[in-house]
Amino acid sequence: MRLTPKEQAMLDGHDGKARQKAMELLVRYAEALGAERFVDTTNIAGVPGQSNPFLDKYYQSSGGGYDAIFSHFDLDSDDLVEVPKIQTHGCHLQGGYDPENWQLLGATADAARISRESEAYAVNRGVKILKTCTPYLVGNVPRQGEHCAWMESSAVIYCNSVLGARTNTEGRESTSAAMLTGKIPDWGFHRDEYRLGTHHIEVEIEIESLIDWGMLGYFIGDVVQEHIPVLTGIPAEPDVVRYKHFGAAAASSGGVEMYHIVGVTPEAPTYGAAFGANQPRDRIVYGPAERRRTYETLNANGKNTDVDYVMLGCPHAALVQIEEACRLLDGRKISENCRLWIFTSRAVKQQADKSGLTQVIRSAGGHVLTDTCSAIGRALPPGTKVAALDSAKQVHYLPAIMNIEAWFGTTEDCINAALTGRWTGELR
Amino acid sequence: MREEKIVLRGRKVVGGVAEGEALVTRETISGWGGVDAMEGKIIETRHELRGISFANKVLVFRGAKGSSGWSIVFHLTRLAGTAPKALIFNEMTTKVALGAVVMRVPAVTELDRDPLELIETGDWVRVDGDKATVEISKKKQRLKEAS
Repeated sequence: MRLTPKEQAMLDGHDGKARQKAMELLVRYAEALGAERFVDTTNIAGVPGQSNPFLDKYYQSSGGGYDAIFSHFDLDSDDLVEVPKIQTHGCHLQGGYDPENWQLLGATADAARISRESEAYAVNRGVKILKTCTPYLVGNVPRQGEHCAWMESSAVIYCNSVLGARTNTEGRESTSAAMLTGKIPDWGFHRDEYRLGTHHIEVEIEIESLIDWGMLGYFIGDVVQEHIPVLTGIPAEPDVVRYKHFGAAAASSGGVEMYHIVGVTPEAPTYGAAFGANQPRDRIVYGPAERRRTYETLNANGKNTDVDYVMLGCPHAALVQIEEACRLLDGRKISENCRLWIFTSRAVKQQADKSGLTQVIRSAGGHVLTDTCSAIGRALPPGTKVAALDSAKQVHYLPAIMNIEAWFGTTEDCINAALTGRWTGELR
Repeated sequence: MREEKIVLRGRKVVGGVAEGEALVTRETISGWGGVDAMEGKIIETRHELRGISFANKVLVFRGAKGSSGWSIVFHLTRLAGTAPKALIFNEMTTKVALGAVVMRVPAVTELDRDPLELIETGDWVRVDGDKATVEISKKKQRLKEAS
């Protein structure tokens, strides 16, 4: 590991104890990776200092409070340090509870207080509170080639693939340390050679709808795991929402952090550019049989067609998706046996409020909620047994985390389930 | 009969020495959403180790996948006392590197022979992170000697 004089000074404690501890953690991390140096970054997305009842209690013995959580958990430091204001553009991703709807989400008053206080702590240290898994929808859009340090696998894959910016899938500890130091290991996706394709995916059927983008992503993640797929057979650029669902799915079934679509994404003007010096390790076809199999896999946890919960907004809904839900509801009320929750960022929620969409959802009997989702917040309506979801990512996680059944389908299938309390989705 | 030990050499990820019974999977492991930290077990729906605890075992696996909460979840296993004793894995990612660092358990990778071929669940394994070695005592032989 080669450090610049400034980095060495930080490690020696010249910039204070907190930055020293942050640098110590980053050096341990860089050595574990086998990185030889750091890159500078000022665009960092993490969950700094976020607390919950477990951490709150665990660190009571060390005097408690948020400096204790940041020192011992975020920086993995045995010493308690006083955490200064960050000098980077750090933002807070999803987490905690919707401050206006924590009771609906089933949070205890204590958990809501802890969430509020850890947010105030982060604000005081200069962290931008975006409270979303989609920072790229609400103002944090890195430029091509920019070195970032982002958490949130669905945001990481978007950052690398769609925007051509550079980040690994960072974790809470590395992003918190990077917010203090402006450094992250120069490894993986920060380096040109690592960004080249490894597997060729030949898409032989038309991919247009949101559900088709989700299924394609889920299939590819499962097949390539943590490698870099190069897609051919996609004639036109998908919109932001389709990119969002595709990437989130590929990052859940596998560990895909970057993909190329030949002729579409910024680092793949041609097939040759996407692979560079790499020879494709495998060529995989996605056709009708693969599509059918993926649909069945995603519906493997659905048995009972009585649906009592519909969740939309994974990753957090864009405004057009809330609009779409309103259009599909078409002035009708949802079944009294079913709940409808739509998760989004605070910024999009505000737009939905101003344009009357939140009120439309509410009039139908549903809710627009922020900060979290059912999987992250472990928050379900009381008594939920069977959910309907339009996100391959959410259907991957939610049944495992909450021990419920779940159906996967189109947004329309989900809204129909909310209206009738019955699942009638099928592959069309 | 004296026990035959197999020794593998690789690269240090995290230093320290630990030994214990191996838990082996050829599949990648999802941290957040794939592991219950408080119980130290795999919960991912279609995982071959679903429902199995890795607490105090030497976890031998292909690598990490899924959410960026990987390090948080395995960091929590350390606090909850359910962490594995050591890690042996094949595929390096930022998730598994950071997770191993904050778990503070010996970890090695890039071994000279495939640990997934040579180690079976139940074998006794000693991991020396600093020397980047893995010593394997096969379960079958241990059972033979005990009888």
